[in-house]
Amino acid sequence: MSDGVAGMAGAKPDGPLKLAVPRGALLEDTLDVLDAAGVDAAAVRGESRALIFPGDEISLVTMRPSDVPTYVEAGAADVGITGKDVLLEQSDRMVYELLDLGYGRCRMVLAGRKGDESLGEAQRRLGMMRIATKYPRIAERHFESTGRQVETIEVKGSIELAPLIGLADGIVDLVATGRTLDENDLEVREEIVECTARFVANRVAHKLRAKEIDELTAKLREATAR
Amino acid sequence: MIHPIPPGTRDILPDEMRELRRLHLALIELFESRGYGEVATPAIEYDEVLARGDGRAADSAYRFFDERGDLLALRSDMTVPIARLVASRYAAAEPPLRFCYLANAFRAVRPQRGQMREFAQAGVELIGAPAPAGTAEVVDVLEAALGAAGLDRAVIGLGDADLFRQLLTELGVEGENREAILERLATHDLVGLEAELSRAGIGGEQVNTCLALAQLRGGREVLDQARAIGGPAVERATARLGETFAALEERGVAERVRVDLGLQRDLGYYSGAILEVYDPAIGHVLGGGGRYDELLRRFGVDLPAAGFALYLERVHVAQMEEESRRGGSA
Repeated sequence: MSDGVAGMAGAKPDGPLKLAVPRGALLEDTLDVLDAAGVDAAAVRGESRALIFPGDEISLVTMRPSDVPTYVEAGAADVGITGKDVLLEQSDRMVYELLDLGYGRCRMVLAGRKGDESLGEAQRRLGMMRIATKYPRIAERHFESTGRQVETIEVKGSIELAPLIGLADGIVDLVATGRTLDENDLEVREEIVECTARFVANRVAHKLRAKEIDELTAKLREATAR
Repeated sequence: MIHPIPPGTRDILPDEMRELRRLHLALIELFESRGYGEVATPAIEYDEVLARGDGRAADSAYRFFDERGDLLALRSDMTVPIARLVASRYAAAEPPLRFCYLANAFRAVRPQRGQMREFAQAGVELIGAPAPAGTAEVVDVLEAALGAAGLDRAVIGLGDADLFRQLLTELGVEGENREAILERLATHDLVGLEAELSRAGIGGEQVNTCLALAQLRGGREVLDQARAIGGPAVERATARLGETFAALEERGVAERVRVDLGLQRDLGYYSGAILEVYDPAIGHVLGGGGRYDELLRRFGVDLPAAGFALYLERVHVAQMEEESRRGGSA
């Protein structure tokens, strides 16, 4: 108890900064950027199936991109990298968005079957479209803000299937190149938002580990500015 | 047989209650020793009365009708009910007035650890004592409360609620742009902030000024860094914060305090100094407060005021984490 003020000087949480690294599509670019920023990410590249990669200054923790806001909001990870699509879908997660990393660029779009009018038909004759998506909140917000009513159908697997066999009139999904859409006879009808990878921080860590987080932000900014 | 209770509420059983009670007693005893008398107010109030205090907080309130058809709401904090109480029962009293409380409040949040829909708060309200001395007294009590709770590593963030409002006025940013910018500041979305600032049609230099200010946090030196950035609004805010900081130093409680120019509280009634409390052991904010010099006027009493509230369940979690840390490192 008596070390109160003395403890203040080092009022920083113990141990290295924990950085949540997204597995999946963002992983390769994330590791390249971390390397360029001077954060040793070599261990993550290996064959290891470990989830935690300890370091002296920064420990890397790998997880699904959609889990990053959960871990960072709770402070289990101090900082993290994930897609803007994830942040928009989980906008009630209180994390600080510090930097647009610029990579992992893709578009959230409304897509329908090529040459098929069922989106417009459903809207005109039934007053409502059925939209399959993994991003129900982004979809609902988009249609609400454009004054249209939709029934969102949340699916987990290949979204492209839904309009092809009649589950939905269209889909809201993330597209990078548009090839998957094309191969499934779908086309982009509306662009909703463009998404890139973002660097986020826990609210308390951002205050208490200000120097470390600011330095890392600056290095990431430099590494991604081209 | 299992009977459900609503999400975000919970039962407290004896082992936890015993620890919580110890925390309650330590805090109330401290507040009383500093001259803050404990008050209780009803958990339900007229919605109209609460909304007078803070329309934004009312968004997440629980509301229902009574048998006469009047709209009632569960309180979402204690500051507004105490402002109501002061206006109704102490309008003629000689300020300053000092009150403390330990009470449950209600917000419709997404439940998770340390984030419940019914939660316990302990805090103080100091009514009729202007900045900077009044603010310093409140921070002094807060710092003693953290000591009483055994949170030696806890830190108090000190910011200014008016900095960006005044800065945006100075830059001539009004209407929707202004709201969008303040919203991004409140959620600390720096990427969105930059986009909104650019959209507001102010010069690139001003955009950078705002971005830099939003990220300035640290010791007293932050005030000099801010002043170097310049502008009358920044000058006024840093002068206010500088006075507060000097008053804190005079009381010997500046050590725990970090100046944070990007700090924003999500309640609408704050003006001037704002506070937040952090502990390295947990990722959520332990409590907050600040000045609300305009709030009492909305209830018909023109008195400056300041206060803070600690979220008791979070303080308890932090106590537990700190204990196991101390145990582990011993």
